[in-house]
Parts: sequence; C-alpha cells; structure tokens
Amino acid sequence: MKVSSEQKPNNEQVKRKADEILEKYQHEPGLLVSILHEIQAEYHYLQRYALEQVARGLKIPLTRVYSVATFFKVFSLKPRGRHLIQVCLGTACHVRGAARVEDKFERELGIKPGETTQDFVFTLASVNCVGACALGPMVLVDGQYNGQMNTDKVEPVLKKYT
Amino acid sequence: MAKIKSIKELESLRAAILKKRDPNKPSIDICGGTGCQAYGCDLVISAFKDEVKRQGLEAKVNVKVSGCPGFCEQGPIVVIRPQNIFYPRAKVGDVPQIVSESVVKGQPVEKLLFVDPATGAKVTYESEVPFYKKQKRLILGQSGFIDPMVIEDYFAVGGYAALAKALSTMTPDQIIAQVKKSGLRGRGGAGFPTGVKWETTRRVPSDIRYVIVNADEGDPGAFANRSLLEGNPHSVLEGLIIGAYAIGSSQGYIYVRHEYPMAVQNTLIAIKQAEEYGLLGKNILGSGFDFSVKINTGGGAFVCGESTALMSSLEGKVGEPKAKYVHTAEKGLWEKPTNLNNVETWANVPLIIKNGADWFSRIGTEGSKGTKIFSLVGKINNTGLVEVPMGIKLREIIFDIGGGIPGGKKFKAVQTGGPSGGCIPERLLDLTVDFDELSKVGSMMGSGGMIVMNEDTCMVDIARYFVHFLEGESCGKCVPCREGLKRMNQILTDITEGRGREGDIELLEEMSGTLIDGSLCALGSTAANPVLSTIRYFRDEYVAHIRDKVCPAGVCKALITYCIDEAKCPGCGLCVKACPEQAITPRGKKKPVSLDTTKCIKCGACFDVCNLCAVKVK
Repeated sequence: MKVSSEQKPNNEQVKRKADEILEKYQHEPGLLVSILHEIQAEYHYLQRYALEQVARGLKIPLTRVYSVATFFKVFSLKPRGRHLIQVCLGTACHVRGAARVEDKFERELGIKPGETTQDFVFTLASVNCVGACALGPMVLVDGQYNGQMNTDKVEPVLKKYT
Repeated sequence: MAKIKSIKELESLRAAILKKRDPNKPSIDICGGTGCQAYGCDLVISAFKDEVKRQGLEAKVNVKVSGCPGFCEQGPIVVIRPQNIFYPRAKVGDVPQIVSESVVKGQPVEKLLFVDPATGAKVTYESEVPFYKKQKRLILGQSGFIDPMVIEDYFAVGGYAALAKALSTMTPDQIIAQVKKSGLRGRGGAGFPTGVKWETTRRVPSDIRYVIVNADEGDPGAFANRSLLEGNPHSVLEGLIIGAYAIGSSQGYIYVRHEYPMAVQNTLIAIKQAEEYGLLGKNILGSGFDFSVKINTGGGAFVCGESTALMSSLEGKVGEPKAKYVHTAEKGLWEKPTNLNNVETWANVPLIIKNGADWFSRIGTEGSKGTKIFSLVGKINNTGLVEVPMGIKLREIIFDIGGGIPGGKKFKAVQTGGPSGGCIPERLLDLTVDFDELSKVGSMMGSGGMIVMNEDTCMVDIARYFVHFLEGESCGKCVPCREGLKRMNQILTDITEGRGREGDIELLEEMSGTLIDGSLCALGSTAANPVLSTIRYFRDEYVAHIRDKVCPAGVCKALITYCIDEAKCPGCGLCVKACPEQAITPRGKKKPVSLDTTKCIKCGACFDVCNLCAVKVK
C-alpha cells in the first residue's frame, strides 16, 4: 500500500513492512540496496525508523545503512512529493537543450533539483540517462516518459498532475 | 514446463517448437523496448491486437511484442513478417490498413513506408533500410524476431545450442582457449582480453568463484546494454552460463542500474524461465554443472560501473573502488576470485562457441576483433543502436548509417567513451573504429556511447558538463579526483560565464595530469579526457571564451544575447506569451516584436516556441 508523505505511518506499520521486505530478501546484507529501494517505493523516502529496522534485521551497524542510503543518489532521507519529476541530463539530452528544460521546471515550481514543493505535490530530480536518447530531451514523471521536451511543453506536463 | 535433462532433449524440444511454428504464418512484430514505450507503442500494440480480433484473424496471425530492432529515431517500429515489411513511426490510425493490406495480403501500404531522405525513394523491406545496410547485427539481430519474455522464441532461433555444445563437447580449458583465440576484448570500456581474464580467474585455487554481468551502463547516452537485456536477455544468460562453466563458478550476479526497470523485469522473467527448463540451477542439461543467477540493482551511482565499486555495492556497502594491484580475478566479490564482464561481452560468447574462434577473429581489425554496438545519439538524423564490425570508419557510422546531421547543420565533433572519453573533430572522421585507434586520438571505445555534436554545440560547455557530472559522481576517496574535479568545474564554469582568465587552460592541463597520476580508479584517471581532448582540438573556443568573452557556438548564457530577426518575425506573439519575464512586447499586427535585453534572463523559451527561426542567438 503506497502511503503519501502527508499521512505518516506509525512505527508499528513501518516495522511490519520492514520485516516483510527483509524476509523477502532473506535478511542478506548484500541486498541492502535492493531492500532500501523497496522501502523507498513504499514510503516515498527513507525515514530513520525504517532504517533502524533494516539495521536490526540485517545485524549491521546503523551507520553502514546510513552510509549506503546517503551514497546512492536514488535515495531520499527527506519526504518526497506525490509526483516525482526526473529530468534527464544525460549527454544526448544535454546537447538537445535539457538544461533549459530543467531551468524552466525550477522556475515553475520554485525549487531546485533534490527539493520538494511546499505543498508536497512535486519533487524535482535530475537523472543521468534513462536510455531513451532518441526522444531527448526526456523527462519522466512518476516513471512515465515525456519525450522531445522543450521549455514550451513544461507547463502542459505539470498541468496533467495538478 | 519439464526440465530439459540432456542435450538430446534440448534438440528434441527445439525441433518440436519449430514443427509447431509455420514460418509463413504472418506475424506483426512491434518493438516493446523502453525507447518505443516513450513513443507510446503500448497503444499501437493494443490497436493491433484489437484489429486482429475484429477481423477474426486471431488464429491466423501472431501479434508479437519484440525486442529492440535498434532504429530508435523511427519508433514505434512495426515489421510484418515473413516478408519483413518495415513500418516506421507506426500510429494507431495506421493499424487497420496495415492489417488489411500487409498482414492479410502481404502488400506494403505505400504511404506508410520509410522514405530514404537521401534519395526520396520508398523502402519496403527491413534489410533495405539504409540505417541497417552497413551494420553487422550479429548480436542485436535476433532481438527484432523474438519476444524476450518467451523462451521458446529463443529456442526457435537456435538459443542455448552453444551452451549445449560447450557442456557436451568441450572442457572448460577448451572453452577458455577458444575465447582467447577469438581475440574478444571486454566491451565495457577497458577492452581487456576476455579469455585472459577468464583464465586468470579459473587458475586461482578456490572452492568458490563468482561471475558478474556488469549492466550498470552509467555512461550518459549509452543504452546498448539496456536494449540487450530488455530485448534478448537469454543471449546474455547463455554467455554467462558458458563462462561460469569454463571458469568454475556456481553463482552469478547481474548488476543492473536502477534506471532500467524493464531490463530488470525482462531479465527476471528470463531467469525464471531458464530455471523452469533446467538451464539454470542444478545439473544443467544433465552435465553435472550447477549454476544460479541473482539480480541486484544499483542506486544511481556512476562509479558502480567500475568493477571493484560494483562488487562493493553487491556486498551491501558503498560503491568505493579498491586499489587494482589486487586483481578481482584473484580477490573480488567477498574476497573470492571473480570474473566481471560487460553485458555485450557475455552476449558475444555463444556466437564464438557456436561458430568458432576463427570465424570471430576474421571480423574486425588486428587488435580489435568482432563487432561493437554503439548508441548513436545527439545531433544525428538516425538515432539508435548500431552494430558494426571493428575497423569501420567513423565517417561511415555517422553519415552512411547515421544519416548525417539534421537541419542541414555542420558536423563538429563526436564524443565516444562517455565521461571517460574524448571528442573527435571533423578532420579525424576517417579514423577506423578500434580500441587502439580511438585511444591514440585522446578518446576511447568505452561502452559504446557515440554522441554527435554540430556547430551549435559549445565544446567548452561540453567539457564543463562532463566535469560537473564526474564531480557529482566521484566517490570522494582520492584528493585529486574529489578536490581536483571540484576546482576544474569551478574554472570551467567561470570560463563559460565570462570570468575566464589567462592561464586557465594551462592550469586545467596541469590539474588533468595530477588526476591521471593520482587517482585510484578509472573514474578519476580518465576524467581529464573530455577536458584534454576539447583543449587539444578546440583550443580556439577556449581562447574566445577567456580572452574575448564570446561563445562562438552561441550556447553559454552569460556570453550570448537573444534578439529578434525582424525580417522573419510575423508578430504572431507566441514568444510574447512564452516569455516568463515579459521581456518581449508586441508592436502591432504583423509587425515584428521587440525584445528588451535588460529584462531577458536567456531562458530560451522564445527560441523554443518560435517555429519560424525568428529568434536568434548572438
């Protein structure tokens, strides 16, 4: 069950979910990145209590969980918005003007990449190549591809989600 | 599905599958890869399924969601078999006619065919499309004919015959000898001789050895690995199982970057189906060989494409590379002998085993055998995946296969090797594509990203882009990389924003030398390549930015101004609406608009929205 950032789950729910995920991955410390992916998919971010449960379940120090959670760009320790906007800044998209598209998103939403709007509707992120270069510049919103983007198409894309 | 318990059973199964399939039965093959997904191919697929049902043809026609045929610029791609009639940019509205004419009657729908931009002629069949003509699609060729989620399709095109041959007629040493003799070099970037790596791993005394598929493909602009795992995952699995048998490993890992969800999904399905058929697991094909595979995903870290960092990540730790004087072939994952190879390297193995080392080594050049897959992207007409024999000229790839530069613009440079590579200028276009030739000119093969740039690309901005990217991706362990890239980024940003100083170029060159000498891993030691190669071939652009405060390509915001070409502007007002700062004002009906440069923030919105090229960059 996906939970939006506004309705914080209680610790009991988080513990149950973490245990379920740990069970699925057979409590293997080597699968820490995959485990963190699933927790983030559930809660849209990695909250401290969830990370404590992962450390407990894998029998590894909490510091190790945090070091991995802060090393990999895909993870967020802060609550994210309902919709994740990922602007591809890969080289092929860059030469086709992706930077201007990203600037436009920043101006429209009033946030920088990595930040979330105050109403928790949108999180803006940049991503380095999703492999759909033929349609660059590419922007993903909640995993949906929006290709051949330019500054003119930014507002219509945002309107679809508001 | 019953497990296949012997080589003989595999061949019987293959024969049974082929017997049930009529090669003349019409098949509508639609590409379902990520690129075509972005074009909305799902709607086209549904439309075909509905139309086939509507015309009562379900028993007579196959609708197949295939792997990627590589011509991404023209997606969604539909091929009607067995004639191989090629339909580019297929739309939902085209579907009824394609079914009635091509599927039922075997006739092309003329108005929907591909038009060769060079001649204006229509092209009916897939093999005649100019994009494919100079390619040698040994690895990618199967993808368009199979549904990657149906293992029986892979059997039907001869899949797992190489594995059967290896397990039943060859010893591990014989397999390694063949791979060595073939001259196969790693396709991930370093180009290390694959057979030598396998042999080293095998020779280390150990009860446990690991094999890994590196599907991290972090180079922005490269997506060949994605396409292979999405479109033909069994070709990679087969190579991996053969390699594991030769090396003496019973556990394999496939490390896929997190940004490739479909590749992960399709590979998981392939693994499951292979397990069901007994091609993975215990006693594979009755040979006594056990081998199983797990998939791990990355977390958005480019450095995890480096083998020791990848292995660290597999161990549940941060992706920090280790010193390479201890080879991973001796002490790799969990301190055990580990053989890591790129997706494309593994996919070459079944071909070598099936056709022999001599066959493979006849393709390519003296130092670089076989074919290489490139993602041809950027300012190019035919964006897509091309597979060419080593030794082909860059010019042929860009102009004959790639169709040249769109919009009549001039070629300026091609960037190969990703952030570890360099930019190659026009005067070197007759270079043969080969590991060593590319290194000689200051670039490298890399994993196959080939980014084409035209006269509107600023090479200083490109250097800044790559350094900025690498600064963010540096793991932070080594001072030259962590601090050096940060400082180089600052210098390059200053140059692009009009604050460049005399001596900056020399300073960048000096810092590059430090990076090369002082970095533990290839991220740092090759980070200088984009800077050094752009200085080498485009020094005049650096000088223009630093001395004259001018960006000749018209890209660097601080050094350009937007203006209206009054001769072209009809006063339609689109740019007036688009401008976020109200810097453009109309001057009346059919009169050109006026742009106030004091208010202009150079966002480019007016440039993007104008269809008449009336907004100019100075």
